[in-house]
Amino acid sequence: MSADTHASATSHGHADHGHGHHDEAHSHGSYRSYLTGFILSVILTAIPFWLVMEGVIENKTVTAIVITAFAVVQIVVHMIYFLHMTGKSEGGWSIMALGFTLIVVVIAISGSLWVMYHLNTNMMPTHDMSIRR
Amino acid sequence: MSNATTAPANGEIVFYEVDEHAHPEGHSTALGFWIYLMSDCLIFAMLFATFGVLGGNYAAGPAPKDLFDLELVALNTAMLLFSSITYGFAMLAMEKGKIAQVQVWLGITGLFGLAFLCIELYEFHHMIHVGATPQRSAFLSAFFTLVGTHGLHVTFGLIWLVTMMVQVGYRGLIPANRRRLMCLSMFWHFLDVIWIGVFTFVYLMGMLR
Amino acid sequence: MAASYPVETSFLFGRLTLDALPLNEPIVVATFAVVAMGGLAVFGGLTYFRLWGYLWREWFTSVDHKKIGIMYMVLGIVMLLRGFADAIMMRLQQALAFNGSEGYLNAHHYDQIFTAHGVIMIFFVAMPLVTGLMNYVVPLQIGARDVSFPFLNNFSFWMTTGGAILVMMSLFIGEFAKTGWLAYPPLSGIGYSPDPGVDYYIWALQIAGVGTTLSGVNLICTIIKMRAPGMSLMKMPVFTWTSLCTNVLIVATFPVLTAVLVLLSLDRYLGMNFFTNDFGGSPMLYVNLIWIWGHPEVYILILPAFGVFSEVASTFSGKRLFGYTSMVYATVVITILSYLVWLHHFFTMGSGASVNSFFGITTMIISIPTGAKIFNWLFTMYKGRIKFELPMMYTVAFMITFVIGGMTGVMLAIPPADFVLHNSLFLIAHFHNVIIGGVVFGMFAGIAYWWPKAFGFKLDPFWGKMSFWFWVLGFYFAFMPLYVLGFMGVTRRMRVFDDPSWHIWFLIAGFGAFLILLGIVSFLVQIGVSILKREQLRDETGDPWHGRTLEWATSSPPPAYNFAFTPVIHQIDAWWDMKKRGYVRPLEGYKSIHMPRNTGAGVILAACSVALGFALVWYMWWLAALSFVALVAVAIIHTFNYNRDYDIPAEEVAQTEMERTRLLAGQVTP
Repeated sequence: MSADTHASATSHGHADHGHGHHDEAHSHGSYRSYLTGFILSVILTAIPFWLVMEGVIENKTVTAIVITAFAVVQIVVHMIYFLHMTGKSEGGWSIMALGFTLIVVVIAISGSLWVMYHLNTNMMPTHDMSIRR
Repeated sequence: MSNATTAPANGEIVFYEVDEHAHPEGHSTALGFWIYLMSDCLIFAMLFATFGVLGGNYAAGPAPKDLFDLELVALNTAMLLFSSITYGFAMLAMEKGKIAQVQVWLGITGLFGLAFLCIELYEFHHMIHVGATPQRSAFLSAFFTLVGTHGLHVTFGLIWLVTMMVQVGYRGLIPANRRRLMCLSMFWHFLDVIWIGVFTFVYLMGMLR
Repeated sequence: MAASYPVETSFLFGRLTLDALPLNEPIVVATFAVVAMGGLAVFGGLTYFRLWGYLWREWFTSVDHKKIGIMYMVLGIVMLLRGFADAIMMRLQQALAFNGSEGYLNAHHYDQIFTAHGVIMIFFVAMPLVTGLMNYVVPLQIGARDVSFPFLNNFSFWMTTGGAILVMMSLFIGEFAKTGWLAYPPLSGIGYSPDPGVDYYIWALQIAGVGTTLSGVNLICTIIKMRAPGMSLMKMPVFTWTSLCTNVLIVATFPVLTAVLVLLSLDRYLGMNFFTNDFGGSPMLYVNLIWIWGHPEVYILILPAFGVFSEVASTFSGKRLFGYTSMVYATVVITILSYLVWLHHFFTMGSGASVNSFFGITTMIISIPTGAKIFNWLFTMYKGRIKFELPMMYTVAFMITFVIGGMTGVMLAIPPADFVLHNSLFLIAHFHNVIIGGVVFGMFAGIAYWWPKAFGFKLDPFWGKMSFWFWVLGFYFAFMPLYVLGFMGVTRRMRVFDDPSWHIWFLIAGFGAFLILLGIVSFLVQIGVSILKREQLRDETGDPWHGRTLEWATSSPPPAYNFAFTPVIHQIDAWWDMKKRGYVRPLEGYKSIHMPRNTGAGVILAACSVALGFALVWYMWWLAALSFVALVAVAIIHTFNYNRDYDIPAEEVAQTEMERTRLLAGQVTP
């Protein structure tokens, strides 16, 4: 690499040509979609906080399941309205990466909890630490 | 991949492209940054797993109920949510090519981010003050590390945001800067998604224990 | 807690004092003298021949994936010498320390050696070799000009090197970890390892880990985004496929290692209680988390080797790879399954029958796609016109050796058997069997196969075959005795032995290690001889093996831009297809080519990281703060440089290509 030819900062505005996977046309959404996302997030945040702060549901396990469900829905809302995830962005590779990551995350977290729970019950049956308050 | 050169009109097979086949600079940046975020997501997954395993080990120390102030957490969440939508507005202004508007929205986003950090630092300070230090129990180690790592990400996001404001001021909305703003946008919204996990599994579930 | 282990620190040097220099270890002092003299000789030579400027401009700051690939290989081979020195020292110690003899290594030194051996061989030999090969070959195989993020590539390389430098520093300043290569707590906690060894371990791996993760992101993007037109996923060469899967694994596991090491450092530096024995910490959690990274890591290493063997088997059998589709699916299945087996590394921890049987079964399932691959290679060779060149010899040796290693692996996957064999030398024999038989043979096959592409001349076959036979025989002599010893109940990481009936097996193993030493020496001689005889070994066609994939379509070594015209792909073995259908190399119509510009930012960032790591190891807080600020500042300043590329003018392309035309004209076309 010898010759440094004049390369100006703006000279690489190459028009995308041919080559299917270049046409990103990144959507940044609209005011409408951002506002929709925002309002949905506020609602989906407020309800779980209300449920826990006011102790609306007697049963704690049920509360936990309900707020987990709200969290999952809100994550989906953020993905769609803020991160503009669709099945088509980057030719489907973004959603593929996300899907793979989710699988790994689920395996790692649930696996660790499962492994460590069994370990604790087997190895320290009388230990305080395994008793959840 | 549809390509005109693979099947030319005269039916002859073509083995190379006559035109220079340039991959425009930054054509894979969005995907690359997304993949990086996925790897970051796994760091958080490990911290969540650690919190999940150790989160009940109070070692006779304070438990979530003794420490967490949900109103403060709600306020914090609000800051992050507001910052998310203001960043969205900055992106919309960027699409219209309005530099001043971009800068204003970026500035507001930064302020919300700063507010979030201050509230979090206040919370940490308060907890340490009452003796709930990260060293006190495995639960507190896991709590401070998970929430603190998120806070550290927000801090880097803020440094990046200020850098971007300088660069937009300096170069305008050239393609490189648009690309960077888009990456920062992904980063910022990604932190928001992580925070959903934090307030649900750490704070709200913590209060249920 | 940290507070209970006060250390004397000074402001300027932290806890670094003159006592940290291992002057009481004659072996280390002698090593230092040799390294220092060698280093001075190299330094003096480079200065005398005024090569520093050349190296800086053309190599250190290069963003060319080919040069970076070669630098990775050099790093891997240099570190192989260090890693192997550790290995043969261990073998010697274990062969001597019988009948009341203490051997020649004290426990303090010996424990560092087995830790350093594992860490170096995995992180600084196998990883750089694998990454280097992928870096060099993948863009050529997919018909691309470079990787997606050329600067990031350079930065990744220097971060990996930075980690290696930190490990090397630990040899002479202070000490390395004495914990085994995964540094299990509580032994690696501050209470039991207050010395800087574990800190060296942590920061070396963290710095190298950043490089590895980013290089993974880079190569995934390259494979997804930069393929030449017509190359659909199912037309990618198998090596590219295995590289894609390996990099997916890298990106999806190295963050796990990063996170776990962060937690360990928080325990050590801030006195937190993740993996401590008190205050609710759980040392077993560390073991669980680190193997979530650790198991996929072995597939990160082996998959590219599988890719090499696939390319080699089909090229040297003169046939299309048997079962391309099943090969791809097997690779993908291995990628996903590798996340479901981690607990087999600690069956004995006590998670109980349900957990153990789940992970035992998933482990055995993984041998199915691997077995399918072995059959594919066999059927590729079946009725082929096999040429036993060096890469093919390594492939055959791999197939025999790896099957043995795979079968002992399935034995270990049976939990009750593992309770007997866990942490014994049987395990050591098993994983060396698959790593040497798989990864090392694969890398040597890859080096011999792609060397002519990288340098324009073949490697000398005689010394290559010497190296091959020493390596293969050495491997069997060194590790088959360890299977026997494992069955006899000998555990790993022992320094002295008292049962004389084991002695003979350790002597045989030591002899094997000596043979491997000859193998390594022969390999180095092979490179030296080949460089001297390069005119006889010259290949001007760019296609010395009658290759099948695109990298053989361009000249050897390829020009900076790889391909003057971007190729268009119609079939799996694209270059074979082009040759068969009478492809004519275009001789005119060259266009100027857009290329990334070299930059020194990667070197500077990595240097700041090494300074940061060193400062944290020795508690030099001022230097840590300074280098951290410098790191962030340099990174930010680098982003203000928008001027990152240039055009190779059409005339220069034309000139380069004309030179190639001239060379090709002197050839009788095969």
